[in-house]
Amino acid sequence: MANIIVEAVKYLIILCFAFYTYECFASLRGTVSTVKKNRIFIRQRIFLFLIHFGAFLALYVTTEEISILFFYLFQVVFFSMLLTCYQLFYENCSMLLVNNMCMLLAIGFIMLTRLSFQRAVKQYIIALVTAGLTLLIPLIVQKMTWLKKFGWVFALFGICALLVVTVFGSTTYGAKISISIAGFSVQPSEFVKILFVFFTACMLWQSTDFLRVAVTTAIAAAHVLILVASKDLGGALIFFITYLIMLYVATRKLFYLAAGLLSGCVAAIASYGLFSHIRVRVLAWSDPLSVIDNEGYQISQSLFAIGTGGWFGMGLNQGTPNRIPIVEQDFIFSAISEEMGGVFALCLIMVCVSCFLMFLNIAMQMRDQFYKLAALGLGILYGFQIFLTIGGAIKMIPSTGVTLPLVSYGGSSLLSTMIIFAVIQGFYMLKQKEGELNGAKGNGQERFSEKESFQEK
Amino acid sequence: MAQKETDRNVSAKKKVSRKNREFAVVAYSFLALFVGMMGYFIYFQTVLSEDFINNPYNKRQEIFQEKIVRGTIYAADREILAETVTDADGKETRRYPYDNLFAHVVGYANHGKTGLESFANFNLLRSNISAPEKIAGELSAVKNPGDNVVTTLSLKLQQTAFDAVGAFRGAVVVMEPKTGKILAMVSKPDYNPNTVSEDWALLTAEDNDKSQLLNRATQGLYPPGSTFKILTTLEYIREHPTDYESYQYDCTGDFASGNAKIHCYGGTRHGNVDLKSSFARSCNTSYASLGLTLDLDRFKSLCDELLFNSSLPIDLLYNKSSFVLSPNDADSAVMETSIGQGKTLVTPLHMALITCAIANDGTLMKPYVIDRIENANGSVVEQYKPAAFLQLMTQEEAGILQDFMHSVVTDGTGKKLKDQIYDAFGKTGSAEYSTGADSSHSWFVGYAKMEGKEDIAVSVIVERSGSGSEYAVPIAKEIFEVYFQN
Repeated sequence: MANIIVEAVKYLIILCFAFYTYECFASLRGTVSTVKKNRIFIRQRIFLFLIHFGAFLALYVTTEEISILFFYLFQVVFFSMLLTCYQLFYENCSMLLVNNMCMLLAIGFIMLTRLSFQRAVKQYIIALVTAGLTLLIPLIVQKMTWLKKFGWVFALFGICALLVVTVFGSTTYGAKISISIAGFSVQPSEFVKILFVFFTACMLWQSTDFLRVAVTTAIAAAHVLILVASKDLGGALIFFITYLIMLYVATRKLFYLAAGLLSGCVAAIASYGLFSHIRVRVLAWSDPLSVIDNEGYQISQSLFAIGTGGWFGMGLNQGTPNRIPIVEQDFIFSAISEEMGGVFALCLIMVCVSCFLMFLNIAMQMRDQFYKLAALGLGILYGFQIFLTIGGAIKMIPSTGVTLPLVSYGGSSLLSTMIIFAVIQGFYMLKQKEGELNGAKGNGQERFSEKESFQEK
Repeated sequence: MAQKETDRNVSAKKKVSRKNREFAVVAYSFLALFVGMMGYFIYFQTVLSEDFINNPYNKRQEIFQEKIVRGTIYAADREILAETVTDADGKETRRYPYDNLFAHVVGYANHGKTGLESFANFNLLRSNISAPEKIAGELSAVKNPGDNVVTTLSLKLQQTAFDAVGAFRGAVVVMEPKTGKILAMVSKPDYNPNTVSEDWALLTAEDNDKSQLLNRATQGLYPPGSTFKILTTLEYIREHPTDYESYQYDCTGDFASGNAKIHCYGGTRHGNVDLKSSFARSCNTSYASLGLTLDLDRFKSLCDELLFNSSLPIDLLYNKSSFVLSPNDADSAVMETSIGQGKTLVTPLHMALITCAIANDGTLMKPYVIDRIENANGSVVEQYKPAAFLQLMTQEEAGILQDFMHSVVTDGTGKKLKDQIYDAFGKTGSAEYSTGADSSHSWFVGYAKMEGKEDIAVSVIVERSGSGSEYAVPIAKEIFEVYFQN
């Protein structure tokens, strides 16, 4: 009987998630009216709760652990509260982002409950606290218009934090990325990357003369080099790419981007020759089956999981995702693909892409260059991390050991991603205000042009 | 006023769009990246994943075993080659009704997995019966039946080849050149897959030199002996496309260069021979002297093109054939290599593939053993179709070799196949496996055709027996007879 439920739920979940994903993109179209959009968002929530219910039903009937039911109810309360709070306090927020945030968290909870109940509960508590904290961020962002003056402070804080980790950090899986604070293992680079985006936006929003670009680039390079020194390959790459793109957009010079990418390639080739841990990653990527007993073990297990799961998955609790080392963090995508199916996994990628597009959409619609750059930077942080983690799990690129934001286990990653989402919400609401000014006739029009001319000075 | 406002809006919009050009570039680049990633994921799931799913390291296959009764493996005419029998207590046993007969190609599943049991494992443990049937099975707590594998193997030909090799060690591969179907695959000595667990200690004992578990047809590496003259001949033709027919050599029974000496089998003096009669009568001295004139780099690349030192397109466990020769090698090495001795090693399967390509006008069809996968009710889940793998040589070259191989039967070492109801083509070989041994491995590779029947190709090796014409050719003959007489 349990098997039938698991099988039925499997297809139900895939169907619901496919609809959900479709609605994501339907809402992104510019021509959709507000009323229609609101209906889309309500439907999305119904799908969200259906998927969540189905998955926990399957988890319960296969384990018959009563604690799973209680955990489910706690999560329902959490999602309902989170959705209601945004609806009540931030009428103007992007409901798509809120829905997606909840959806990704829910998928994370489902998979973590399946992989390790204890870790799932821990993740839940962190999410609860984080959600409470970040609920204020959109409000703060809207008030704190003086943020753009503190570029140097951001850089100072960021570099100090990274240095502390490099010197005092504990080594996990060959990289020094975390530090123990009051019993919690914290990954400062997860937060420094946000500071880094703000620093870059602060430096480049007003002027992009050569001197400023040179200084900013030097400080950005310092960030990247410190990360390379602590062997945080994925982190270094994310910082590097994010900076390059922000620089390109701020200066509007393709030359910078091309030169940056070229030097990045040179650096990659050089580091391949210099560092054995990079060679190991590349070897494991190029032919994992030939080194399956050692270097290729993890990626082979990941591909076994994805391949055996096929398009429709094995069903929750029917596979063996725990065979993949570090499955809860770097390879959660493979576990999802194995048990919930390749179709679900593809939809998951598309949901992440819809978040990314929303980020960039907001960046484009903002008027103030500082906010534009900051929103862009945060979007790239998010988008590129998605590419690195999923690309690594499916062996498209060498694995770099980064998490799938909001889905993977890990407090620092969860907190920093929820901060990013909240900050973007703040920007979105700022933009909405701008829009209202823009939309008002007569008087509003004048104010709008005033602002324009002010910016041009 | 209204007009003015619109103009203003339009210019504002333009301004924004110009301002956002870089944003659009970034957005589209990332979008392309994501689409590429999804494309790769789809490519992995549809194409690449098979290698990973079927990898023996993939322990996930065991999960299926708890829910599915392993499917049956059938011969082409639906004789059961392997089946799972469940007794009253629900205990499952894998049975192999033909005992030793199909041991290597079908393999075993009760002590690790080999052969078809290994590479079709995933199919045997998947159930493609209809959803209602599955649910009914679930409700009554009965395991669902796995899919069945129908092979291309012919019981009749397998039995013939098996009996013909008899007590000798050796291997036989029988194939259809035009489709790539493998009709029989025998390796001797053999073992009984029904009792492989009980016999394991004996089979793997250190003083056991029989290597019964080895599938000699795909894994046995043998010196090719004179069958290799097919490749030497092809190389000579490629180097002398217009005048290969004017080749002349006077065979005195032996040939020496430096301190190396080659002599013909049994010390025969072939007298004045051209290329075709050198081939037909397998004149070693002629080929040794001819070999010294060849461009060794080109010879090496010809062998590489014909799949030496490279992977073969088959899922069964196999060894790569090897061919090493460079311009720096001594004359003796060149002479030995030209007649199939030296360091060259080849598997019977590989020789069968080369023969098939010649018979099929140069095109090698992908060899296959699984004809189709069926669900428990007999509906076809997956049908394998013949597919060209590689053009190993041009049609003209294949035509010349066909003619040469025909002359082996009409005027050469394969006369035992002359004047039959079918037309036979081939090349014999007697491979010396160690210096000073008084007997040799006997080889025959060839094919036969008859109106109204598919062509078949065979590759036969009989270890430590004697000359190819004496031991290997009669085995091929029996196979041809059984095949064409019915």
